[in-house]
Amino acid sequence: MNAPDETTQPVASVEQVSVRYGTQLALHDVAADFATGAVGLLGPNGAGKSTLLKVLLGFVTPTSGRMHVLGLDVAERPLEIRARLGYMPESDGHIPDMNAVSFVAYCGQLAGLPESDAMQRAHEVLYYVGLGEARYRNIETYSTGMKQRIKLAQALVHDPDLLLLDEPTNGMDPKGREEMLELVIDLATRKGVNLILSSHLLPDVEATCARVVVMHQGTVATQGSIAELKERRRQVFEIRIKGAHDKFVQALQGIGADCHDAEDDLLRVFVNDDQGPRDLFAVATAHDIQVRHLRPSVPTLEDVFAEAVGEE
Amino acid sequence: MPIHDQSYRRYGGNREAPGAAWLVIARFGIKAALSKRLCLWVMLGAWSQFFVRSVIFYLSANFPSMDVLAPSVQTFRQFFEIQWIFVFFVTVYVGSGLIANDRRSNAIQIYLSKPLTRVEYVTGKLGVLVFFLLGVTLLPALALLLVQVMFSASLSFVAENLFLLPAITLYALVQVLLAAFSILALSSLSNSARYAGILYAGVVLFSNAVFRIVQGFTSTTGLAWLSFQANQDQIGDVIFRLPTRFESPWFMSALMIFVVIGLSAWVLERRVRGVEVMT
Repeated sequence: MNAPDETTQPVASVEQVSVRYGTQLALHDVAADFATGAVGLLGPNGAGKSTLLKVLLGFVTPTSGRMHVLGLDVAERPLEIRARLGYMPESDGHIPDMNAVSFVAYCGQLAGLPESDAMQRAHEVLYYVGLGEARYRNIETYSTGMKQRIKLAQALVHDPDLLLLDEPTNGMDPKGREEMLELVIDLATRKGVNLILSSHLLPDVEATCARVVVMHQGTVATQGSIAELKERRRQVFEIRIKGAHDKFVQALQGIGADCHDAEDDLLRVFVNDDQGPRDLFAVATAHDIQVRHLRPSVPTLEDVFAEAVGEE
Repeated sequence: MPIHDQSYRRYGGNREAPGAAWLVIARFGIKAALSKRLCLWVMLGAWSQFFVRSVIFYLSANFPSMDVLAPSVQTFRQFFEIQWIFVFFVTVYVGSGLIANDRRSNAIQIYLSKPLTRVEYVTGKLGVLVFFLLGVTLLPALALLLVQVMFSASLSFVAENLFLLPAITLYALVQVLLAAFSILALSSLSNSARYAGILYAGVVLFSNAVFRIVQGFTSTTGLAWLSFQANQDQIGDVIFRLPTRFESPWFMSALMIFVVIGLSAWVLERRVRGVEVMT
């Protein structure tokens, strides 16, 4: 899977948007630009990703700030925006007692397509998302993965210019997940559909998006091209040690290094440009710590994410 | 070649301007209800009174000895009183799941992600109910008036009771709007159609029971406005220019009907949203 090329023309932008649910501040002064192509909306659960999508849809009225989608003001022209926008919600959503093709055609009609066109498009998009053979089955008999696909189909039926995908791979098996991500890439690269993919899964975003907006606790922690965000990081090394882990981390921080825990007892250590393995060995020797493994690595989206949300 | 490369293409056809989605919702709801056999039976049952009264009209118009059966304003008033039971069944059967089922399956956010407003969504759902309820109230009542003219071959009855046409229309609308708004509001309060239906039946029966108990204690019908059904009866009498059956002022009943419709609209405004906020 190849991530699409980036461009910088925004299809959606939010300016100092704040949203409050009762006493809970869900979004606080959020400012972000979503460029054309595929943009990832990344963040841990509860970061405000879904709320931001709902603000763009006009479901939630912000307490302050302005939003533009496809060049239109969300507060002033929500219906025109929604006519050109497809939304795949996180939770299961369908009309009861309907088969897939009727449901998708109905959604097409709701979006303004004539009845015959909506039915034709319903067949097409159901084949496209891989439900062609199951299109006459009642949706309530679908598996979780199939329900994800039908949600994508209803979002696509009216041929939107912008797709909002909220956790599109939730509950899917590895094969289904890969197929869903391929569809997302295909839409963004070959079909000319702009999309915002909200996910807490870094690999999903990295596989499909060229740009990312990272959210944390209702604010934008960082945003930009994934490649550029990675380049901003310093040199990185993977180290596995034997001995006092905390003492070693503390010592590394003392020389200006930044340490993040990774899997298999590995430490990912970010050092300044004038530092290198020699300095790491020196710290280990000084604290009587045995280095079992050390190799240079490359910055990942996970590193960007960890730094943005302040995880150690 | 992956299957997705074979099928998806951009759409270049026409699109309706926003504003007509309520018709799509109403049409779909009507089709869905008509596809159920029980609904057809209920509708057919609701027209049985029309057929019986048509026969009576025919007999009274053609056999002088049966003059006693000739129609009057009271006949049309009674027609609506008997139709009430069908209004009740249609309201519960068609209306209880209209929003509750959408809530259960998270369909409201799908609807509202399309170019339609919450008002359009509710209007579409109301359209379904109004279609069926007018089909068991206004339509058979007007048909009955037409049948009377046809069988008597005279417009004299209509001419003598010119107010009957607007009275039939107005009372049918009062019944239909009250029932439709109430059941939709109750349907929006629950994820279960069954629960919404029981709740509606409860409101109708319980309010009437309270009124009857109070009447038993006080030996007066001054508190008829407590009853969902008594309010309609009282207003019906006023609309058909008949003596009111309860001692409570008719405007209290009118006020209660407005309050119930207003309250239902407020509930719908609160409950039909793309996002449910729990605070």
